[in-house]
Amino acid sequence: MRTLVLASHDNHKILPASLSAMTAALNFSKTFDVWVMGQFRQGVIETLQHAPCVSQVFAWETADVVSPSQLAHAIRDFRVSYDVFMAPADYFGKDFMPRIAASLDVTQISDITKIISHDTFVRPIYAGNAFLTVQALDRVKVLTIRPSAFPPLVLEKGERKTQLQKITPSLQPDRVRFVERKLDTSERPELTSAKIVVSGGRGLKSKANFALIGELASKLNAAIGASRAAVDEGFIPNDCQVGQTGKVVAPQLYIAVGISGAIQHLAGMKDSKVIVAINQDPNAPIFQVADYGMVGDLFEIVPALCKALPNKT
Amino acid sequence: MIKILVAVKRVLDFNLRVRLKPDGSGVDLANAKMSMNPFDEIAVEEAIRLKEKGVAGECVAVSIGPLANQETLRTALALGMDRGILITTDEEWEPLNVAKILKKTVEKESPQLVILGKQSIDGDHNQTGQMLAEILNWPQATCVSELKWQEEECLLTREIDTGLEVLAVKPPFIMTVDLRLNQPRYATLPNIMRAKQKPLSIEPLLNLNNSLTPRIKRLKVEPPPPRNSVKMLKTVEELVRHLKQEAKVI
Ligand SMILES: Cc1cc2nc3c(=O)[nH]c(=O)nc-3n(C[C@H](O)[C@H](O)[C@H](O)COP(=O)(O)OP(=O)(O)OC[C@H]3O[C@@H](n4cnc5c(N)ncnc54)[C@H](O)[C@@H]3O)c2cc1C
Ligand SMILES: Nc1ncnc2c1ncn2[C@@H]1O[C@H](COP(=O)(O)O)[C@@H](O)[C@H]1O
Repeated sequence: MRTLVLASHDNHKILPASLSAMTAALNFSKTFDVWVMGQFRQGVIETLQHAPCVSQVFAWETADVVSPSQLAHAIRDFRVSYDVFMAPADYFGKDFMPRIAASLDVTQISDITKIISHDTFVRPIYAGNAFLTVQALDRVKVLTIRPSAFPPLVLEKGERKTQLQKITPSLQPDRVRFVERKLDTSERPELTSAKIVVSGGRGLKSKANFALIGELASKLNAAIGASRAAVDEGFIPNDCQVGQTGKVVAPQLYIAVGISGAIQHLAGMKDSKVIVAINQDPNAPIFQVADYGMVGDLFEIVPALCKALPNKT
Repeated sequence: MIKILVAVKRVLDFNLRVRLKPDGSGVDLANAKMSMNPFDEIAVEEAIRLKEKGVAGECVAVSIGPLANQETLRTALALGMDRGILITTDEEWEPLNVAKILKKTVEKESPQLVILGKQSIDGDHNQTGQMLAEILNWPQATCVSELKWQEEECLLTREIDTGLEVLAVKPPFIMTVDLRLNQPRYATLPNIMRAKQKPLSIEPLLNLNNSLTPRIKRLKVEPPPPRNSVKMLKTVEELVRHLKQEAKVI
């Protein structure tokens, strides 16, 4: 089956979520093609070119920010025909892939956690309270995968170097114009690929108090997460939200502090390997998914925990 | 003044526990409380605010589903929408087909703005708005958390994985809304009474479109894998010891 992975990068490297999509792509064929666009360092392309599982790299170098509609046009006009289009269910996949699917007149299967066969997939529904096994009937498959369900592919360096195909699709006029990105520039590990995540909720009570989460996270070299309530209250930016409508994470260790554990929050973290919950309410639903729990005042427990943890080496 | 179309879906109330049918055929919705998809409430609220600001004239809500969806549309009318359209079908269509059905309504109503939720909380697809935009060949702005309406070009802020993104879009366009766009109001009793008089048309799906074919087959629905039960600990020293020696994660 001919598979195309639409990969995202940060100008320097392919994003881990896209590497997860490549792992998923190997379920369809031993090799796949990769589409990258934007402005990127040569290194981004080179690692792909040397990877034995990548058969062709299509590189669309452009300083313009390509809109979902422009990408859908470009893909449809592309002379190669694919059986499978694959991307992670991150903001790129969510924004662009349904448009590509609709332009090809096929359905999309979103946020796949398991590939059973070439046409049968498992995906969470109802905020992960149920798992649906679904068969896609269209010949062409447009799929987004849940990054936390597939390990990122390690791109090995093979002998062979594949041909780089530079492409320059024409940009269709679009009535949407990119203005700016206000990026959250934090030095911490990235939330969706971090080994440890420390998350805070409304229980922190203020933006100033939320610094406690930062302290604990620094001690553990962890990423910072948050509940919707904490984001809504302005304790922390939106890109830290974990849950049904935020990011889905599955780290080795997830520490939930002052988070009640609403199903919408659990949807984003309950596949974590080990979950620790710190909450003053012994009946908080977060304890139902936790492996270790501590009932008490987070303003006492978290500072004590910071002290009890060994210093980072 | 512009005309706005809002797509509203009826789903299991977000507060309720999901019960599965024992035979694995799906989620048990019998006698369960159903509500408007929370994101669609935000979509409705945004339309009404644009109306209150004098930007929007007529605001129309459309829903696709069984006759029971009238209730959802009445809620939208009680909140301030002017007119409701129910396209009746007992089939649970996937997003591509929902988008195709909505396209017909857009063509008939000619709105300058169509607002949808970013995702339905039952199917969690996050597809319909983008697909509708594609088949209409309209621009899209998904996951919008702030909207500044301007005749010529609207400014929209979107929530993305790494922060926020600002787009300028010329109407007509499709917008899907995120949680932080606004805080939906509650319907007041007088408005609920008044909503009963507002026009709500019911149209069978067949009149609109007969080219819809199923694109997926639902094979089974299962509960998530169970987790181990929790170990309650008294001291942070105990916690650190467990994380190190038992779980081996630090
Ligand atoms: C459509 C929809 C989508 C949603 N998506 C998401 C999502 O993606 N992510 C998400 O997180 N939520 C989401 N929500 C919101 C969700 O339903 C909850 O409202 C939210 O998760 C609550 O956040 P919280 O646990 O921080 O706050 P609360 O529920 O208010 O809980 C605060 C907790 O802190 C504890 N606490 C307070 N003080 C202390 C103290 N001193 N020491 C210890 N513990 C203390 C309390 O006991 C309580 O359990 C969504 C809701 C809807 C309707
Ligand atoms: N049956 C339906 N009737 C009306 N609107 C719908 C329907 N299904 C989906 N939508 C709209 O599409 C949005 C996204 O849904 P989805 O793509 O299923 O996650 C919802 O928030 C609604 O605005």
